[in-house]
Amino acid sequence: MKKLAFLAGLLGLLACIFVPTLLKNHGIYLFTYWLIYVIATMGLNLTIGYAGQKSLGHAAFFGIGAYTVAVMMQAGYSFWLGMPLAALGCFVVGLALGFPALRVQTIYLAFATLGFNTAVWLVMRNEEWLTGGTFGINNIARPEAFGISFDGNLAYYYLVLTFAVVLGLLLWGLLHSPWGKAFTALRDNPIRAESLGVDIRGYTLLSFAIGAAYAGIAGGLFGSLVQFIDPAPFTVEASIMMYLMVVVGGPGYFLGPLLGAAVGVILPEWLRFAQAWYLFVFGTAVVMLMIWLPDGLLSIPDRIRAKRQSREASAARAAAGQSGVKA
Amino acid sequence: MTDFLQLFFSGLATGSIYALAALGFTLLWQASGTINFAQGEFVMLPAFMMLGFMAAGFPLVLSFAASCVFSVFVLGWLFKRGVVDPLFKFGMMPIVVATIGLSIAMRNAVRAGYSAEPQPFPNLFPDEVYNIAGVTISATDIGTFAFAIALVLITQAFLAKTVTGRAMQAVAQNTESASVLGINVPRMIFYTFAINAVLAAAAAILVTPTYLAKFDMGSSLGNKAFFAAIIGGFNNSRGALLGGVIVGVCENLAAAYISPAYKDAVALIIFMVVILFKPQGLLGKKVERKV
Repeated sequence: MKKLAFLAGLLGLLACIFVPTLLKNHGIYLFTYWLIYVIATMGLNLTIGYAGQKSLGHAAFFGIGAYTVAVMMQAGYSFWLGMPLAALGCFVVGLALGFPALRVQTIYLAFATLGFNTAVWLVMRNEEWLTGGTFGINNIARPEAFGISFDGNLAYYYLVLTFAVVLGLLLWGLLHSPWGKAFTALRDNPIRAESLGVDIRGYTLLSFAIGAAYAGIAGGLFGSLVQFIDPAPFTVEASIMMYLMVVVGGPGYFLGPLLGAAVGVILPEWLRFAQAWYLFVFGTAVVMLMIWLPDGLLSIPDRIRAKRQSREASAARAAAGQSGVKA
Repeated sequence: MTDFLQLFFSGLATGSIYALAALGFTLLWQASGTINFAQGEFVMLPAFMMLGFMAAGFPLVLSFAASCVFSVFVLGWLFKRGVVDPLFKFGMMPIVVATIGLSIAMRNAVRAGYSAEPQPFPNLFPDEVYNIAGVTISATDIGTFAFAIALVLITQAFLAKTVTGRAMQAVAQNTESASVLGINVPRMIFYTFAINAVLAAAAAILVTPTYLAKFDMGSSLGNKAFFAAIIGGFNNSRGALLGGVIVGVCENLAAAYISPAYKDAVALIIFMVVILFKPQGLLGKKVERKV
């Protein structure tokens, strides 16, 4: 099974490398867009799926990252200086926000992050001296490194892909360290985890802040992709959409964000002409999904396996019962 | 000082509308553990129902009555049957996610099916302005406040004084003992949903003349209602009133004296302060956590 998953991952990666070479500019753009949301939702998946926290302010961190890189580049600094700053900034803000909000669990964090998102959005819209207000920031350049320019769409796509793969591997490593196991323990039964000596507060706070840092990096990449940012992509609605992407893909499934971001970003972007109807169908589908498949799309194989096992078990029981009667 | 009073009174009017939405929100939470993220859309939909009835030639008051009936059916019965009942056994989060999905679906159904443009909406109250000792107050503000507070008080009196209301409270406090005592639990929970639907329709008729009927009018209203409910105390229905009024008044004052651009952040700031110092809300009681 492990081997199969590894093979599938390798095939997926190869597809991500070669398919875009066959696409036109808009297709490459969509792929890049998708990967950026994959990075952002990977971080959110850590917060929601592994640590079990409900965060509805992810787009705020996404926006903080985007504006940090854009403002730094406007001021003449390099992309490569802005990027770590964006990640670090989001990490610190995440700690500062999570600290009061995590005093009270679950739903309060959702409201606190939601309100935080509104506040950040207001700053983006109102502080024109810094963010350009509703006019936004124009002409954000694409970066270059070691004499290679990532100006072309395909080149930039590969840069984003590199980021996604590296960040994905980091997350994988984190989750499979003893440290990462503590996250899951905490989601599954916080009180038991605490009695076993897991520092709940510290771990939830860290998972939240790391998730925020991933969003910051994704935001920085987003600014350079679109080359123009205004407050519109960083609203509360965008955060809610990111949350739903994680939930639809399957929270706590490592590859969930790949699927979730595809449903949440690629499809609406592609079906732009019918956006309102698409969102109507999407919203209805989320309700249906919760009723029939509350663990997300990637739980389908597990679901089928569990069903088969229970059928086999009951068949075995029936057989055992019959042989018992004969004897 | 007159400025301050004027701002205070118009803040009271807005706050009482928040209180209506917040009250429905806490009632649903108490009775069925439902955190309704579509609460704002539950206000938006009756506004469009009323527009529909008025387009069919009904006067405003009659349209309101008809929308109440429709709301009880769609936002009460259908919502409970279709979304909450099947998800009840899974706990809180699936319902939260489902109501988020529902809010997106409702908003976009109206946007795609009716109109994306804001629609004008007639005012229930006359367009008069009174001047009392130098303080100007509009009839709309007085009427809105009086109507909303009356509804909140009636709801509370119903819960506290009538047999049905007490049975509903019993269900909210302890569902199992309530059913042992012979209370029809599903029916009581349905009543809660019905009351929520009527409160939402009332909020709609009060808020829409100023906000205009638009598909996304519910999102900011819904957020304010959440914050108001938590500030006042999530497990206390009087808290909703207090929280709503605090948010409405502070918002209005902050918009005038600090910065109109940051008006929407006021509720968040109060909320953060409250959960830092009194996480159960101003009027809430502490609940021990269970293993």
